Amino acid sequence: MKANEQFRKSVAELFRSQNLATLSTQHAGQPYASLVAFVASDDLDQIYFATPTTTRKYANLVADSRVAMLINSSMNQTSDFHRAISVTAVGKAKDVTEKDKKRILDQYLAKHPHLEDFVRSPTCALVRVFVESYYMVKNFQHVTELHLTP
Amino acid sequence: MSWILNTHNIHARNRHRVGGKGYALSLLDKGGFKIPSTICITSDAYHEYVKRSGLRERILLELHRKAFKEMRWEEIWDCATRIRNMFLTKPFPDDLAQTLREYIDEHFQNRPVAVRSSAPEEDNVQSSFAGLHESFINVTGADSVLKHIRLVWASLWSDAALLYRQEIGLDVEKSAMAVVIQETVAGDRSGVAFTRNPNDESQGIVESVHGLNQGLVDGTVEPDRWTIDRYTNKIVLHTAPERKNWIMPGPKGIQLAALPAEKSSQPPLVPQEVDIVFQTAIKAEQFFKIPQDVEWTYIKNALILLQSRPITTLSSDKPEDKRGWYLSLHRSFDNLKDLRHKIENKLIPGMIAAAESLGEKNLKNMSDEALADEIRKRLKINHKWVNIYWADFIPYAHGVRLFGQVYNDAVRPDDPYEFMDLLTHTQMASIERNSMLMDLAAIIRRDKQLARVLKQGNYTGLDVEFTSLINEFIEKFGDLSCAVTGGKNCVLGTGPLYRLLLEMAKYPAQTGDYGKKGSLKRSIQKYLDHFEEDQRTWAKELLDLARNSYQLRDDDNIYLGRIEAQLLAAVQEAKKRLDNQTGDPSTKVLRQVLEEVDFGTESQSGVPMEEIAGDRLQARQLTGQPAGPGISKGKARVIHNHADLSHFKHGEILVCDAVDPNITFVVPLATAVVERRGGMLIHGAIIAREYGLPCITGVPDATSLIQTGDTITVDGYLGIVTIGDARL
Repeated sequence: MKANEQFRKSVAELFRSQNLATLSTQHAGQPYASLVAFVASDDLDQIYFATPTTTRKYANLVADSRVAMLINSSMNQTSDFHRAISVTAVGKAKDVTEKDKKRILDQYLAKHPHLEDFVRSPTCALVRVFVESYYMVKNFQHVTELHLTP
Repeated sequence: MSWILNTHNIHARNRHRVGGKGYALSLLDKGGFKIPSTICITSDAYHEYVKRSGLRERILLELHRKAFKEMRWEEIWDCATRIRNMFLTKPFPDDLAQTLREYIDEHFQNRPVAVRSSAPEEDNVQSSFAGLHESFINVTGADSVLKHIRLVWASLWSDAALLYRQEIGLDVEKSAMAVVIQETVAGDRSGVAFTRNPNDESQGIVESVHGLNQGLVDGTVEPDRWTIDRYTNKIVLHTAPERKNWIMPGPKGIQLAALPAEKSSQPPLVPQEVDIVFQTAIKAEQFFKIPQDVEWTYIKNALILLQSRPITTLSSDKPEDKRGWYLSLHRSFDNLKDLRHKIENKLIPGMIAAAESLGEKNLKNMSDEALADEIRKRLKINHKWVNIYWADFIPYAHGVRLFGQVYNDAVRPDDPYEFMDLLTHTQMASIERNSMLMDLAAIIRRDKQLARVLKQGNYTGLDVEFTSLINEFIEKFGDLSCAVTGGKNCVLGTGPLYRLLLEMAKYPAQTGDYGKKGSLKRSIQKYLDHFEEDQRTWAKELLDLARNSYQLRDDDNIYLGRIEAQLLAAVQEAKKRLDNQTGDPSTKVLRQVLEEVDFGTESQSGVPMEEIAGDRLQARQLTGQPAGPGISKGKARVIHNHADLSHFKHGEILVCDAVDPNITFVVPLATAVVERRGGMLIHGAIIAREYGLPCITGVPDATSLIQTGDTITVDGYLGIVTIGDARL
């Protein structure tokens, strides 16, 4: 298998196994981290999450769309140090357009069916991150990067 | 959970906590066999120790540094060394130490004991670990017993045990170790009994030595051997060795001594005793309902069983069992001393003489037929020495490993590779070669006119004094042209050598830390201070052997390189004739011989990764083994083939698949070394240490993930190569 196919396969497996991601936004140079429930597109070019529009994270990404997301397989065990894989996605966030909303919502709810009421609320935004690069850490300190085609 | 069980309260339900050996002893005890006073430190104690000391995850991190299957044996040895040092330096939690100490004190007082491994995994015939884990004899006092318990635990992670566990598919994450502590029985005759001869089911075998059993088990004392017919119980054969030595309890542990004359003329057992031993073993077989391998000793005519286990032999009927081979990786001090004698007095002079005698022949004057024969002859000679290299020089490298283990046991340093500081500053041939190169470069640096002439490529107009120095170098180390132009396609000539010297001359010579002989002296003294007076001579001898072994690890390749260079010279002569005489029928014989010569083809390693169009995959941080401390940032020079060496620039970082001493002449130009091949004792690591350069080895795909010209940072403390800068 080609090296970047292997990379994508590992990312896809990790994303399937995890429900939550740590989202990083910033405001006036102050970084801010929060937890979101996510799902990724099959081609891994996009990651979707939902958030109430009243939140600090939403305000931050409206002001500056640059975001980073961290998804990892740690289980709060000592063995995480040799077992866990961590992936950081870097890209730009935008609200999902009306045109794509139904398709993405279906995909989102297939993974998080318990969030149906939450995500259908008029005060909840469905956000999509256009991923530019992935950074994968495994074996404690082994780091590789995949820069996607714009 | 119980950390200690004695043989009376071991039951089937806790069999997995006391291991195969501990459980079998408890059954023998209950079955009425006479055994020495025995207790078991259960695997619960092991788990408690590795969990609370943080060792459990440290071991797993060590073993998951990269895929186990990708690790070479040398890397596995390195892992095992680091893990062993963790056990040596990490003390017991106080409450565990106190509980064990009190129990051991009470049970054995100050009587000497054996501390033996009893792995829960070796419960059955399919996975015998016989010989793979360590046992210690004649240990006295609770503190010393505690120390040896940790050494037995560490042997769970020895290189041989790791390889074997991997081979039979056991999960390393579930591995644990119980320990059997058994009062030493200073028997006057000891031995083993196999109730069934693995090669003949109708027979059994009894082997015996004078003194303790250890000599028989580790092969240092040859036993008397009786073959017994299982059906008639009659001795059918007695083989008596030349009885020279015996193992007796010494002031510290055990010692090998010459056997007194009155004993050497007598077998350890009379026929009636052979019968008693064999019948007792048969009783054990009936008791366990499977043929047994019984270890026993006689003390004042009382027969005592030390252990009994199902028969498994190293030459088992499973050809895939490589345990014997794994065990053969380790050599004893005496074996290494013999090997050194052979290498120094026979093999190296032989190699030098072979290269010299080939060098004296005038290839140019030979007919085509004679040249073809000469190439065949040289090919044969080269092949012979390559085989000797594998058979004798590679095993001799174990001298360094043996010293490392002794050093770590005695000094217990934080850094398990501190011992390597004692091995530098030997008269290595590659260092001598590089010093000569640096001296030549210094002449060019001072003499602008000479530099100009060399740059113009006008090598005929060089002054006599410089030319004679160059010739002196070439005579000793060759002109480096084949190392630079590569394999059988190499182009002979002094051009590459001059280009290298010009590059070296551009900058002042590096001064590194390879001049600190004072610190070497202090390090050696520190090592020797850890030994008692009576052991110091041995400690010195071992250090001397290790230094010699370390130096030879590099030098042997240089000597081998000289023989190969003679073969290449003959091949080049043939090629030259073919180029000049195309179509001449007499060249047919040369063409034919060149087709036969199949060596020196370059590996295709390090071909950059294929990618899906558009996506760009790149490595950011690669991990390997820290093999030379220090940190350095610079441009990478990735060596895919020999020709890449000729482009090596001062200040670059050498990135390669495998460093060979015949290419380390570029190292004085380098600021760090990164190698795909792993190990602390490989050539890249050795030469980097000599020059005080940061070095990382065992970086998977180093030559494909790093490109020439990439700016990389080599962290030789953590073993991390970082590619590029911090920007996303």
